[in-house]
Amino acid sequence: MLTLLSAFISGLLFGTGMIISNMIDSTKVIGFLDVTGQWDPSLAFVILGALLVFTPCYHIFIKQRNLALSGDKISFSTNTNIDSKLVIGAMLFGIGWGLAGLCPGPALTNLGTGSLTILLFTLSMSIGMLLVDKVFKKRTIHFQNQIIGR
Amino acid sequence: MDNFTPWSVLAGGALLGTSAVILLLFSGKVAGISGIFSGLLQPRKRDFLWRLLFIGGMVLSFFIFSPNASSALTSPSIALYIIAGLFVGIGTRLGNGCTSGHGIIGIARLSKRSILATCIFIGSAMLVVLFR
Repeated sequence: MLTLLSAFISGLLFGTGMIISNMIDSTKVIGFLDVTGQWDPSLAFVILGALLVFTPCYHIFIKQRNLALSGDKISFSTNTNIDSKLVIGAMLFGIGWGLAGLCPGPALTNLGTGSLTILLFTLSMSIGMLLVDKVFKKRTIHFQNQIIGR
Repeated sequence: MDNFTPWSVLAGGALLGTSAVILLLFSGKVAGISGIFSGLLQPRKRDFLWRLLFIGGMVLSFFIFSPNASSALTSPSIALYIIAGLFVGIGTRLGNGCTSGHGIIGIARLSKRSILATCIFIGSAMLVVLFR
């Protein structure tokens, strides 16, 4: 119950944060990425603002805990390898982000606009995700062995 | 053109950070949007409803705070968005995270993977915008 309630509240806050910061406006995002044009550094402040809150809270209140208040385990990725999957994935994600000015959070929040374009973007994103999950379930181990800079 | 709006952006960012703290502290889940969403696509027992409520809350916030806003899209080409969506979907699953998971939570935890991933995706996005 605590998990469900906190998920809903933090979803609301997350969406609100993206609306207030204008991250849901893809023209704003492109303005941030357009370093050689009329660069608008605003969105750097989104990450800065988030880090200013999350970093101290994490290190003071959460890091030493094994369990969340709900009693569930605090689940972080245990993978610390810099592998080709990470590098290629980040690169591809960046290409998509630069093309549309949309990353997953703003795209999902923007579903509220009822825009067909956003809906198609989200569907296409879902297909991409499922595709990777299908293909890599078998190959994960193989890929983890290809560590960059070995 | 003076578009620089640091204060509202900083406040919005602080809300994202607060959201991530609440989710992690109360439920132990990481507020990485691509991860939360992709788990919805292949539902597992006892691991579905919280994801739905989180994403539902995000969409609902839109109706509460900017019900009349229309999404400002930068290109009229629907094909471009479909291709971009595919890249974002494949890339975030391969790289195991997006702007929120790597860019906020991973960086705050000083994860080398996340710091590298964030540099790479911001870099490749900037390159794409340069040639767009």
